[in-house]
Formats: sequence, structure tokens, C-alpha cells
Amino acid sequence: MSKKSFLHDERTQWEQSTLHKVLQSHPERKQSFCTGSWLPVDRLYLPTPLTAEEYQQKLGFPGQYPFTRGVQPTMYRGRLWTMRQYAGFGTAEESNARYKYLLSQGQTGLSVAFDLPTQVGYDSDDPRARGEVGKVGVAIDTLRDMEILFDGIPLDKVSTSMTINAPACVLLAFYLAVAEKQGVPRAQLEGTIQNDILKEYVARGTYIFPPRPSLRLVTDIFAYCAREVPKWNTISISGYHIREAGATAVQEVAFTLANGITYVQAAVDAGLDVDRFAGRLSFFFNAYNDLFEEVAKFRAARRVWAKIMKERFGAKDPRSMMLRFHTQTGGSTLTAQQPDNNVVRVTIQTLAAVLGGTQSLHTNSRDEALGLPTEESVRIALRTQQIVAHESGVTNTVDPLAGSYYVEALTDAIEAEVWKYLETIDKMGGMVEAIEQGYVQREIQDAAYRYQREVESGERVVVGVNSYVMEEPPPKNITRVDPQLQQVQIKKLAEVKAHRDNAAVQDKLEALRQATRRPDVNVMPFVLEAARAYATVGEICGVFRQEFGEYHETVVL
Amino acid sequence: MPKRKIRILIAKPGLDGHDRGAKYVARALKDAGYEVIYTGIRQSPEAIVNAAIQEDVDFVGLSLLSGAHNELFPEVVSLLRQRGGEQIVVFGGGIIPEEDIPFLRAQGVEAIFTPGTPMSKVIEFIESNRARVENR
Repeated sequence: MSKKSFLHDERTQWEQSTLHKVLQSHPERKQSFCTGSWLPVDRLYLPTPLTAEEYQQKLGFPGQYPFTRGVQPTMYRGRLWTMRQYAGFGTAEESNARYKYLLSQGQTGLSVAFDLPTQVGYDSDDPRARGEVGKVGVAIDTLRDMEILFDGIPLDKVSTSMTINAPACVLLAFYLAVAEKQGVPRAQLEGTIQNDILKEYVARGTYIFPPRPSLRLVTDIFAYCAREVPKWNTISISGYHIREAGATAVQEVAFTLANGITYVQAAVDAGLDVDRFAGRLSFFFNAYNDLFEEVAKFRAARRVWAKIMKERFGAKDPRSMMLRFHTQTGGSTLTAQQPDNNVVRVTIQTLAAVLGGTQSLHTNSRDEALGLPTEESVRIALRTQQIVAHESGVTNTVDPLAGSYYVEALTDAIEAEVWKYLETIDKMGGMVEAIEQGYVQREIQDAAYRYQREVESGERVVVGVNSYVMEEPPPKNITRVDPQLQQVQIKKLAEVKAHRDNAAVQDKLEALRQATRRPDVNVMPFVLEAARAYATVGEICGVFRQEFGEYHETVVL
Repeated sequence: MPKRKIRILIAKPGLDGHDRGAKYVARALKDAGYEVIYTGIRQSPEAIVNAAIQEDVDFVGLSLLSGAHNELFPEVVSLLRQRGGEQIVVFGGGIIPEEDIPFLRAQGVEAIFTPGTPMSKVIEFIESNRARVENR
């Protein structure tokens, strides 16, 4: 309590003299102020001095528990974050060309976007894939497509992130098979699969199977990679899509960490030692426009996760307690109106991610509210990162906003709110139950509704949308995917099927089915066998569909 | 005479899971006094048309952000016409390039609302069709 009263008298005096007079003649713009996610914001923050012991508990040193100040001791003085633009569209050939372009422009890691049929385990010739083939990412049906996708890109020289969830084991197996063909040992492979199925049920929507068998696939991947692909990040526990669905900053962290708890618990229950896999868990967050709130969010997330791993799961290895994360700037903050303004939004968001200590970053392109980004827009987005990295000076010291009275207060406030949510979810019996009851979906939707109502009423200003509006000509040069692409892809698939050993494929699929039925058997080696035989994504997922059943959304409105 | 309650189906064809916009529109229309049914994500055109006819709706609002609108929106309209739902007014929203709008309108999608459209525009559209759906 003594700290509460630090400067108390001086503050009162200031309020009664200087402040009072000004408020009389110049009232503030609003009755009360809040962050973009409705956390209350005071007029003024003052120092709250900490003892050395309190400092160590709350903040610590970078690279040390609780990692509030960052996961590496030198942060960007040692190495800049990985600049990783998410890309992929059309055929494997087109995406391969885009990756080579991005690498030639100084990008330092790949990030593969798959089309929706691939993400929900349908082949390009499936009637349910109509209209969707190659649209939001690259179409991958078999190992053949994956060989083309990485043609001329040595897998021991790049790290590759793949946004794939329900069929994560299948696409990972394709990647491992490509590495075999390139002669790259698995132990050298670096990259990430998203593999975060729980957030699909609440936000992103590309689930296939029900939660419990899906969790088994997740933990099979943890166990397999711990043995075979030790440098691979086996999951990217994602708040990004939760935020995009309309969640607040607090909800983004709380629901993401609650999902993380569920995965760790599932792996521990499956008999894995926590320190054997936890160091390979990674996270993925959004960066919105409220700069200080976002920085505080990242710092709070690191602190809470470290405590969870240490105290709840008894982790011993500091690596198990480090929250390492990728950031993407907020897609839903982009406006279709006056799209060049989005470059400015993305710059603020980039600063938020970097000041928050991100390990890698995707910056959105200005035209993404209109369609697929053009090459020019993607380049500006990448250049935005490079300018922040090399010209802004924010990379010269570790955790530059630490000690800001405001940022530290916000960090504490977000942490406190996150713990409240985690407690509520624990009381409900965990995240799977909370999702099945529709609780998480409702919380997010309520926030999304409130946000949009504020935009509608003009209470929340969105430049170019509800204020400073202009008449504009319709946007030009929108990248389009060739509508004939689906036919091209179907033909490629038919050729692969005609040239593979179909009896061998059936054998491998049957072996996978038998493995699926035995919870004590890891399915990964069987998926890899099927992948090598050129079984399709749809065939492999088809086995899982038959054995696990399919999930159907509980519609919450 | 009391106004008949207009019934609206908000539906998500295709495979994309971006339902923030669809859910917002559904809830805002409900708050504006309409009867609203929301299908949930990843619905086939057949399932949407079946729901529209079964629920006896006056409007179907389609939301799609993946780029498959040119294939899937017209399919919903044509299935409605085949199955006795030709009087149902179809509109749509999502990330839809300006240049696709004339095509979609020619296919029978009567209005397209792109990102940043205020709700008042959607309500105006529905009200402008009130006489038509009430006299059917």
C-alpha cells in the first residue's frame, strides 16, 4: 500500500491547483478514456517504485524468468526478428515463383498459405471445393504439388511456416518427404506448423474432426517431432484469429493461453515429459492500432505463460517457460476505403510488435481489404518492416518501453484480466468444455458487436470509413486467381493418380486406419508412408474422417 | 395493418470461416426488428437453399471472403429458382471486387455490400423491397 501513496500528496496538490484551473476553462474531449479494447486509461500515470525482489518477480532480466522484458538477453541487438510474409495462391508453380521473389527481396523466412480445400482436407476435384481452389492460398493435393512448391528452395537454408491445422500432420509429412528427396536430414529442418485446432472452433473455422481426436493428432505430432524433427516448432498457438474475430486484447491473450494450457495438459496426459516438448511450442498474436495496449499485451502474455509453465506444469527448463511468438498486423483493421492509409496503420502495428518483442512478423499489404495483394503492395509491407528495423532506432535497446508508467500499469492490468478469464475457464472444466458450451464464442461475439456498433455510431473513429470520407474511383489492379485454375489442378491430380502405385496407396491408407484405431500408436509415421506413396490430402483426411467423425459448429448468435 | 415481420437468412457458402461480418449483420438486423436465421459457416448452396425454403424467408444474405463468390452466389440464386424460391431476394457481402458486382447483379444477386458499408444501407435495401416481399 505504501506505493499507492507515493507522490499522493503532490498529485492532490497538482490536481487542485494546476489541473483544476485548466479543466474549468478547457474540459477534456471525453468524460472518460479507454484503450482500443476498453481498458480504462487514467489521465496520468506516476511511478510505482519496486524493490529489487518485486522487480525480479514482475519484470526480471531479458532472457530470464518471467521473460516480461523479452525471451532473449540481447533481443534485436543480437538478431532482428524474422521478416516472414504469408503468401501463397493459385498453383504450386505460381507460389514457388512468389517465394523466390520474396527471398530475393530480403525476406528471411517462408510462410505458406494453403487454399481452403487443402485446409479442410478436400482434394481439388471434390465437389465441396468448387470455387475455392487456389483462392486464399496454394492448392496442394499430393506430395507432387509440394515438390513443385519448394523446387529450387533448399530446405536446409530456409525456415518455413505453414498455416495448416486440421490436416497439419499431412502437410508436415509432405514437407518431410520433400526434404528426403532434397537429401536434407530431418534434424536440420526449421519451421513451424500452426497445428492449433482449438482456435479453429472459436474463430477461424477450418476444423474437420471433433476436439478430442484432434487433440490426439496434435500430441502425436509433438511426440514425433521431439524424436525426429527436433528444431521444428510443433504448434503455433494462435490468438491472431481470435482477435480478428473481434476479441479484445485481453481475450486474445486469455483464450490463446487457455488453448495452450489444453495442449500442454493433453501432451502430459499422453505421457510426454513437459520439458521434452514445451520448448518447441510457439505463439502467434495480432497487432492492432492501440500502440501501448498492444505492447503491454505482449509483455503480459510472456509473464503469464512463464508462470503457467513453471507453477502449473512444473517445467524446469527455462525454454519451456518462454513465450516465443510470431505477429501479424491486424487484417481487420485495414480499410477498403483510401487503402493507402493502411500503410500507416501497418507501420503503427509493426512498431507495436517490435516494441513488444516479437520473434517474427508478417506485415499486411495495404490492399488486403480489396483482394489478394499485388506484388508492389507486398513489397511496401516488407519495406515497412525494414524501415522500422534499420531506421527507427527502436531496435537498439531491449524492451524500450519498460518503465513507462503507463505501459507497466497496462501490462499489470492486462495480466490481471487474463488470470480472471483463465480462472473462469478452469471452473468450466477447461477450454474444450468452454468451447462446447459456446462461452468463448459468445464472449468474442459480444466484443465484436460492441466494436462495430461504436464504428456505426461514430463513437470510434475509423479514418476514411466513418470520418474523413472521400469519393474515390473503384480500385484497380486487383490480383485475381485464374478461374480456370481449378481445372488445371484437377488435371494435375488425375495425372498423379494415374502414375502412382494405387495398390500401395490403398495399403498405406489401410495401415493408417489401423494405427488410427490404436490410441497408443503414433499416426505420424503412417501418414508419412502414405505421403511418400502420393496419397492425396483428401484420401488421408478421409481415413481420419471415417475414424474420428466430423465436427459440426454449434451456431451461437 | 401491422407490418409483417420480414424473415432473413444470413448464410455462409463456401469454405471460409470468416464469420465476423455475417454474425454482425445477423445480430444488427435482429436488433432492427427482423426475424433472422444464421446458418453457420461452410454451408453448401444446396443446404442454404433448403434452409431458405424451409424457413420461408423473404431474403437471403450471403457472406463470403475467400473469393469464391462468382461461383457460389449465382449457384444459390439458380437453385432457389429451381426449387420454388424465386421470389426470395438475394443479397451479398464480403471481400468482393467492384468489377465483379455487375456480373453478380446480372446473375440475380440484387445488392452487394462491401467492407465499411454502414448497416443503415443494408436496412434501406431491405425496406426498399418490403412492398415486394409483402405482396408476394
